[in-house]
Amino acid sequence: MGEAFTLLGFGPEGWGHALLTAGLTTLAVSACAFACGLVLGTLCAWAKIAGPPVLRRAADIYGVVLRGIPDLLVIYLFYFGGRQIVTAIANQFGHTGPVEISGFVAGSLAIGLISGAAQAEVLRGAFHAIPPGTLEAARVTGMRRWTMFRRIIAPQALRTALPGLGNQWQSVIKESALVSVTGLVETLRAVSVAANSTELPFLFFLAGGAIYLAITTVSGLVFRIAEWRAMRGQPAMRVGG
Amino acid sequence: MDLAFIAEVFPKLLAGLPLTLSLAVLSLSGGAILALLLSGLRASSWLGAQFANFYVYIFRGTPLLIQIFLIYYGLAQFPALRHSLLWPLLREPYVCAVLALMLNDAAYTSEILRGGLRAVSSGAIEAAKVAGMSRPTMLRRIVLPLAFRQALPAYGAEVTSMVKATSLASVVTLMEVTGLARAEVSQSYRAIEVFLCAAVIYLVLVTVITRLVHWLEARLSTHRSPALDRSPA
Amino acid sequence: MKITRSSFLTLGLGAAAGLVFGTAPRSASAKEWKVIRVATEGAFPPYNMHAPDGRLIGFEPELLQELSARMNIKCEMIAQAWDGMIAGLTDGKYDAIMDAVSITPKRQEVIAFSTPYAAAPSGLAIMKDGAIKSLPGTGTRIQLADEAATKAAVEEMAKPLAGKTIGVQVATIQNDFLTKYLKDVVTIRTYSSGPDTFLDLKSGRVDAVMASAINLNASAKKSNGEMIASGFVFAGGLLGQGSAVGLRKGDPELKELFDKALKSVAEDGTLKRLALKWFEIDITPAL
Repeated sequence: MGEAFTLLGFGPEGWGHALLTAGLTTLAVSACAFACGLVLGTLCAWAKIAGPPVLRRAADIYGVVLRGIPDLLVIYLFYFGGRQIVTAIANQFGHTGPVEISGFVAGSLAIGLISGAAQAEVLRGAFHAIPPGTLEAARVTGMRRWTMFRRIIAPQALRTALPGLGNQWQSVIKESALVSVTGLVETLRAVSVAANSTELPFLFFLAGGAIYLAITTVSGLVFRIAEWRAMRGQPAMRVGG
Repeated sequence: MDLAFIAEVFPKLLAGLPLTLSLAVLSLSGGAILALLLSGLRASSWLGAQFANFYVYIFRGTPLLIQIFLIYYGLAQFPALRHSLLWPLLREPYVCAVLALMLNDAAYTSEILRGGLRAVSSGAIEAAKVAGMSRPTMLRRIVLPLAFRQALPAYGAEVTSMVKATSLASVVTLMEVTGLARAEVSQSYRAIEVFLCAAVIYLVLVTVITRLVHWLEARLSTHRSPALDRSPA
Repeated sequence: MKITRSSFLTLGLGAAAGLVFGTAPRSASAKEWKVIRVATEGAFPPYNMHAPDGRLIGFEPELLQELSARMNIKCEMIAQAWDGMIAGLTDGKYDAIMDAVSITPKRQEVIAFSTPYAAAPSGLAIMKDGAIKSLPGTGTRIQLADEAATKAAVEEMAKPLAGKTIGVQVATIQNDFLTKYLKDVVTIRTYSSGPDTFLDLKSGRVDAVMASAINLNASAKKSNGEMIASGFVFAGGLLGQGSAVGLRKGDPELKELFDKALKSVAEDGTLKRLALKWFEIDITPAL
């Protein structure tokens, strides 16, 4: 037991510091990925609800493809192929020459891409749950589309979407463990290195599990509180996530 | 894109398909049985419910990859286990992978089942009781079929996500489709073509499963009595 | 979290910022090298490994420091997984690899190599109380170029190894060796990282591990005598001509710089000093 404390601690022989940094990296990757997913998900949800047929079709295909490929392969593909894509996009915007894409960026984008497909469904569901009357009222008062989106659609839809988005955030954290295959030192990679170096895999993988559990539990609580606050003043309504 | 190379890689990767499928089928069936046991436990007592909740919390709160590592490398750390009767089983990467996938699937499936059971209307149960059905008969003929129909869309998603999750077995030396793809990449150094081939295999597999589930859903819906859908006069 | 217009916008901006700051323009232009990135595994002791504080330490990180000073190029070492490392180099994720990569004809089709900086033979490790008690030929080095000696040694080794499982890291020269000489006799199980083979040797999932002799000895030493290196060691032929810096074929200037710096560390005895420090034997190749 004493040995375990030394190894997990913050002393010179302890891996505590490495694990803490890695835990923060997991959080950072997850946050970037979730944000990417939210942007993509919003765009896709819009395309599916009100977009022109071409975009609607594209959004559908994106959803089917991303839900049909293992996350691990999406990460590999992004890690190895992402550079060409990002370079092509950057060159479109006037940047010349190739663009580096690190494990962090590739991982965030890949998981964002996976999560975007799921978040699009959550957001679309939330949009359809908006009482049509409020939309009509907005239209009647002569609101422009963007104003309507900002002031009527987004606030209402996000409130309904919160439980589903909370689930997505939890998935993103768990999927972020797969980014370890690119060599990025996030939680899983850090505990693997420590497990190999000390030859105590049980101790370190257990510690890794505890880090993920702590992150999912705490952020789960945060989402619960956010839901509760968003629902204040609303008629009792449950939306399955 | 080098078509000749792709034509050469594709059959190589397809050779891993039987392993991928057997991992998926075994862990899904094992997971379903465990999930039923968990539901039973949840209904049995307060303590049982607490245990089931804790189990679900642990397995849904951590990444599957770490569960696989913990079972494969972690358990092997203990000499006592290595000398036990279980070792001939746990020694095999295949058994460890199935075990991890199964335990993980059980946590998700039991939540889906819980949602399905909650959706069974009290009216249906009352009617069964009035008709004099015994508890096991009621469970078999009324509750579980209704819950199953209700949970089918969510369970279909779980099946496809399990098929995709088998790709993680490649981290414990198993040569299923993804494992073969990774080996091929390190031999040929051509990552994108190889991983795209693997992606296509999974995509086809998942699409077929999704179609099957939709077909099943449609079929089961037609068995519903139209009277149930009629609004009260 | 109350969802307002501003928080909704912040989320979007945050995502955009994450995208922009993540992709820095390439640091080194094609011809003038000022900063390069060098990939290593960080899991191949004593060549390269992670310290508890997350730093990369070992023979190669220290050698790179010396080379960096002599080339007058800032070298940033980054940890990468082995499977895909060569693909990542050709893809331009980094500019060089130093991960005890042996020069082999097959790899030379895809990437360029500097002059070698270490030449270690390959061998097998077993557990003292494992299924294989000992292997013949311990202490004898076989050159694969000598076909008769190779054939005799392999036949002798095949007897105790028959029906056993050997663990080896994927896409390594040792993997190629096993596939060529012992495929019909043993079960080969491939791992994506080296240390995993030793974990499974210890737990008895594999009966032997084949790796670089230096790597084997380091693991054996750590095991307090439970694990031992045993049997013939092999060198040359498909086992390559020593480890070297892996480079892209399109960067001949960089290869020239590395070659010059390697020559300099070999001549002034730095290479030998580092080898003795980390390997305890001099395995610098004859240049």
